[in-house]
Amino acid sequence: MTTSAPVVSVRDLRKTYGGVTALDGVSFDIERGETFALLGPNGAGKSTTIEILEGYRDRTGGEATVLGVDPGKGGLDWKAKLGIVLQSSGESGNVTVREQLTHFAGYYPNPRSVDEVIAAVGLEDKQKTLIRKLSGGQRRRVDVALGIIGKPELLFLDEPTTGFDPEARRQFWELIARLKHEGTTILLTTHYLDEAAHLGDRAGVIAGGRLIDIGDIDELGGPDARVPVVRWRENGVPREERTTTPGAVVARLGEPDDLQVIRPSLEDIYLTLVSTGTPSEDAS
Amino acid sequence: MTTLRLGYSRIGYEVKTYFRQGDSVFFTFLFPVVMLTIFSVAFSEQSFGPPGAEISAAAYYLPGMLAAGLLLSGLQNMAIDIAGEKGDGTLKRFAGTPLPVLSYFIGKIGQVFVTGILQAALLLLIARFVFQVDLPTEPGAWLTFAWVFVLGVTTAAILGIALSGLPRSGKSATAVIIPIVLVLQFISGVYLGFSQLPTWLQNIASVFPLKWMAQGMRSVFLPSDFEAVEPGGEWNLAGVAIVTAIWLVVGLIVTRVTFRWIRKDS
Repeated sequence: MTTSAPVVSVRDLRKTYGGVTALDGVSFDIERGETFALLGPNGAGKSTTIEILEGYRDRTGGEATVLGVDPGKGGLDWKAKLGIVLQSSGESGNVTVREQLTHFAGYYPNPRSVDEVIAAVGLEDKQKTLIRKLSGGQRRRVDVALGIIGKPELLFLDEPTTGFDPEARRQFWELIARLKHEGTTILLTTHYLDEAAHLGDRAGVIAGGRLIDIGDIDELGGPDARVPVVRWRENGVPREERTTTPGAVVARLGEPDDLQVIRPSLEDIYLTLVSTGTPSEDAS
Repeated sequence: MTTLRLGYSRIGYEVKTYFRQGDSVFFTFLFPVVMLTIFSVAFSEQSFGPPGAEISAAAYYLPGMLAAGLLLSGLQNMAIDIAGEKGDGTLKRFAGTPLPVLSYFIGKIGQVFVTGILQAALLLLIARFVFQVDLPTEPGAWLTFAWVFVLGVTTAAILGIALSGLPRSGKSATAVIIPIVLVLQFISGVYLGFSQLPTWLQNIASVFPLKWMAQGMRSVFLPSDFEAVEPGGEWNLAGVAIVTAIWLVVGLIVTRVTFRWIRKDS
């Protein structure tokens, strides 16, 4: 079925905590096999959104379905199809990596092999170590391993690589690419725009509880946000001009001081979006 | 079936992690053994009981320590353990898996049974072979021991699960639970002879299950000459069964009403 229903569907999602509005009408869909990144500053509503979809929080208003089920009412069969990597964990960890994964594999009807998962998160050398003796980054990999041991259809990753060194992050990206290749649908929140750009098919930007933009990663902010800027110095004064024809501008300027042509990075676009905080036209 | 299979799997996991946690092993598993040893050594020159039927300190304190063991392995262990698991995110993780709550409880209660049996066995072995306490020989006494143990440890475990919601955080669990357990032990005939307490204090203690569990244990291990100093002059095993069972039901109801993997809006 190529025209199957979205794995995640959210319409006008609202959440208030005692008068404070955390989510103010968020809508998006995630299709089967897609990796969707939720971006946004701290406190913007990313975690509230993901926790509502995981069944950890009740929504105040709006509609949500996850794998065809209202996440506020999901049963054990529904949970068996999810993989959840929470933002933080602080368990006492008096079991080894292998013991923990073997035990959790038993919860699921059709789990991955423990050896395969240990290898996938790169903990072969630590599999007989007690989890409490692992470093923060290694414990995070155990969290990820526990999230994928049940062979989930939908994987939630809430800031999965916080505390990873660059090499561990690269390895993690490869792991996610493999899961994606196997058809896993992924909802990811992250602070790292390079991570969103590397892993995500599409992204949504949340700020102040509202979805201010949504689209393919390379289309976020719309075409206007990607217009290059030509910068130069004239009589010691910095000047700049936004233009869709930077070549023509440079040709006109000749040979000024400090000439640069800058294409806005994803980070520039994101920061502009978040600082203005207004929904762009294509975010409905 | 899955619920039972996972419950069984949880028991193994719980017992393994229990014995890897040094502080819980000391304060819930070995504590009654340490107390029995201290009392037996400290009062080794004294004898206890009515004239003509005197027994050693070890024999006198053994039933109380067995009862305290039920309370510690059950109530104290469960309440602090589960409050800690709430605080450190263990339960939140379970909430996102297909693990049934019932399997989790089976694992907890199974762990209490396994550690409670080992603890009672250790107390009996030390009493018998280190302090030369004569243990009962008639099967009837051991049958009483068996049902008091099973009813007591189950009730203590369920009450522990029910009380695990009381501490506001995992860190405060010890501070909230240990005073409750300690006061109960002092007023229920564990450290102080129950017959020596004023009647009003005995009446207060009689509301709670530990007094009855200790009384049941005394009926098994103390000579019949001691029965006369019990409240009402009898062991009152029917009372032991009824009051403990009422607390079991109370614990089950509170657990059923209050236990959640997570508080959704905390």
